[in-house]
Amino acid sequence: MVTPAVAVTRLPRVLHPLAWWLWAAGLATAASVTTQPVLLLLLIAAAAFVVSARRAVTPWSASYGAFLRVAVVVLVVRVALYVLLGDAGGKHVIVRLPQLPLPVGWGVRLGGALTAEGLISAIEDGLRLGAVLVCVGAANALASPARLLKALPGALYEVGVAVSVAVSFAPQAVVAFGRARRARRLRGVDMRGLRALRGLAVPVLEDALERSVDLAAAMDARGFGRRGGVPRRTRLTATGLTVIGLLAICAGTYGLLASGAPAALGIPLMLVGAAVAVVGFAVGNRASGRSRYRPDVWRLAEWGVALCGAAVAAAYVSLAHSDPASLDAMSTPLQVPDLPWPLVVVTLVAALPAWLAPHVPRSAANRRTTVSVARAVEVTP
Amino acid sequence: MIVFDHVSVTYPDATAPVLRDVELSIDDGELCLVVGGTGSGKSTLLKCINGLVPHFTGGTLSGRVVVDGRDTQSHRPRELADLVGYVGQDPTSGFVADTVEDELAYGMESLGVEAATMRRRVEETLDLLGLSDVRDRPLLTLSAGQQQRVAIGSVLTMHPRVLVLDEPTSALDPPAAEEVLAALTRLVHDLGLTIVIAEHRLERVVQYADRVVHVPGHGVALQVGTPREVMASSPVAPPVVRLGRRLGWSPLPLSVREARAEAAGLRERLRERTPARRPQPPSAAPVATLRGLAVTYGDVVALAGIDLTVAPGEVVAVMGRNGAGKSTLLNVLSGLTRPDSGRVDVAGAAPAQLPAADVVRRVALVPQNPADLLWAETVRAECAAADREAGVAPGASYALLGTLAPGVDEEAHPRDLSEGQRLAVALAVLLARRPPLLLLDEPTRGLDYAAKDRLAGIVRDLAANGHAVVFATHDVELVAEVATRVVVLADGEIVSDGSADVVVTASPAFAPQVAKVLAPLPWLTVAQVEEALAG
Repeated sequence: MVTPAVAVTRLPRVLHPLAWWLWAAGLATAASVTTQPVLLLLLIAAAAFVVSARRAVTPWSASYGAFLRVAVVVLVVRVALYVLLGDAGGKHVIVRLPQLPLPVGWGVRLGGALTAEGLISAIEDGLRLGAVLVCVGAANALASPARLLKALPGALYEVGVAVSVAVSFAPQAVVAFGRARRARRLRGVDMRGLRALRGLAVPVLEDALERSVDLAAAMDARGFGRRGGVPRRTRLTATGLTVIGLLAICAGTYGLLASGAPAALGIPLMLVGAAVAVVGFAVGNRASGRSRYRPDVWRLAEWGVALCGAAVAAAYVSLAHSDPASLDAMSTPLQVPDLPWPLVVVTLVAALPAWLAPHVPRSAANRRTTVSVARAVEVTP
Repeated sequence: MIVFDHVSVTYPDATAPVLRDVELSIDDGELCLVVGGTGSGKSTLLKCINGLVPHFTGGTLSGRVVVDGRDTQSHRPRELADLVGYVGQDPTSGFVADTVEDELAYGMESLGVEAATMRRRVEETLDLLGLSDVRDRPLLTLSAGQQQRVAIGSVLTMHPRVLVLDEPTSALDPPAAEEVLAALTRLVHDLGLTIVIAEHRLERVVQYADRVVHVPGHGVALQVGTPREVMASSPVAPPVVRLGRRLGWSPLPLSVREARAEAAGLRERLRERTPARRPQPPSAAPVATLRGLAVTYGDVVALAGIDLTVAPGEVVAVMGRNGAGKSTLLNVLSGLTRPDSGRVDVAGAAPAQLPAADVVRRVALVPQNPADLLWAETVRAECAAADREAGVAPGASYALLGTLAPGVDEEAHPRDLSEGQRLAVALAVLLARRPPLLLLDEPTRGLDYAAKDRLAGIVRDLAANGHAVVFATHDVELVAEVATRVVVLADGEIVSDGSADVVVTASPAFAPQVAKVLAPLPWLTVAQVEEALAG
């Protein structure tokens, strides 16, 4: 039996961006506390599976490929750095590279013995960084940061606008830089020396300044910053509470993740921070004279997706505090590491949003073709 | 609705006021057109209406501007946002959100409009401006005409009583401009909005206006009246008006339709005559040759199968809608873009394979925004740098500038010059090396009629001195004035290539106003008609 409430959640719709970012943050947290290659690969696979199942066709969702490439580059660089500068730990020497004689006091060496232990730990370390990157890329592909900013509570509205304007500066600067370079070629000037740099920097900066002045005028003309009779004290209270709450959450997260820091400090700090931030948001939302167009809704599916991420993170972090050795791949001495089997099962939870999240609706243009196809199907017996 | 009461505006550091003692009153539901040369104070007048002057631009405003009972001295632009919708010159620089729907909703969110009302207004505006097909597209992927309509829509959703538009069609090709103007006339007729619009290309709007305000500049008093009254004496006037004034038609025609009704006699008189043709250049070895040219960007074909030769003394206009490949063609000729296949030959070499210093001796390209080429602090320093780069005698570039545009202030910063003067400085800097081929990308963007006439004179002189000129443009009147040949591009292919009078009169989209009035006779400009009647 299907109850109406469930039927509504299952309609194709776009999931709340915060749900996706919480889920991805959970996976990234899990990845950051382990060097177990099997677990890391499982996390990467789970993230990729969800992305392929629930990604909308938007320009920013194409950035997922870019994140994957960066992750591979990080892995390669990490291994290359080890080969060049790695430490001499381990007994299984694979090859002995020519070593540059440097004074011992420097604490650095170039070349020398390349051990299997060192190489494996470099790969595992690179894989860990790569996995974190893939998780961030997954969140980016499933819900653009711009949408996340839009979901910010009213008290943080100004911060969100500032960030989104700043983010839009980069692509515009790239365009302006290209124009300036073309212009230099059209003037027949070779690109060299300090004067060349000046010739490039000045137009780019002038362009950016002009645009920002135009944007500020346009925003003012469209009512940005109207206060609508909200007392200044209320606004300051809302912003203050929100910022303090968020800082407490950050500190709490650090306490949880950094091994050595007491977990007892981390969890209460996070909870208190969250409570303060929520109060701040509530005051801010009531105080701002703004309204919101088609706000993203938070329903059952959002809870499900966010909890999947939280569950994975909680399992990894608690194990990291109770039995850190089981999450380490242990390259010295060289051996095939034991797999913490319960954790493998928990990791599979990370892939559940592929079913929990509703389908992504097609864009308007596509929708029309689907409807006409559906009609054609209906007509043909 | 809008009352200017003894308004004077002086910007900081300026010696004289831009606007002096302006008295103006615009009624509810009027479409008011503001005309005038560049730098005459049109934009200042517009910005006074929603308080951007003086609250945002600085400077001092004396007198009072009152919009629907609200004084702009005491109301900042944001407090007028629900009453006055303002759309600036470049719509893209005012976009805050990243998709069409969010951009339309942004202003309403600031006003705190209820969610259900917002939803309804967004849907209505999408329909009104014909944007429903692109509702969830990112703004940067839209065409220029669509972007302009989104910018208009984004202020319409706030349900303002007044709409202020600063040159809404200057960046658009003729069909896109028609789209925007059709939307605006609908707003006036269906919703009773008051619209104040500044525009250089009068031929596009003057027939829709209820009232015209001519801003002469230099603080001279405004001239206000019905379009016919103001156009009878205004120094800025579209070709039909100039034709009507020359022939003493009364009432003065404002549109092609009105002019055609009065032109029956003129067509009869001109039937037996042929218009004076610009002398076709003597056939000589071509300066530039393109054979089988193809250019792709990723999987987008920008140009395909282009064959083109340009001879010295020719003035070739490249036309076509936005995105047809006009700029790419110029970029290939200037060596900025390397073709995927085909042969490019400019003065005996392929420009993309030469070092920059050798290319500029063969070909000069003035980009859409000439300011890109200028990076010195003063005009004199710019010219001196050009002399050094070109290896010519000091002062040569400045002397050249003197012949192109007399009276440009030596000590001025290039950014502070008018559009026309900036274009002249960029030309002087590039022409110092005497390249045989000159390329211009949209040279009339932002130019008023006077500056456009000067540009036409410069191009004709250059061609007479044996330069070949190729320019990309949407401006059919400039084409009628100067082009000896027209190449029309569509989807990266040449669809027609022939002498200007044949190509331009063959298609209504590219025909200048005089040609439309005198069709089917092949007359293109007012000057040709004047010459024939005088001779």
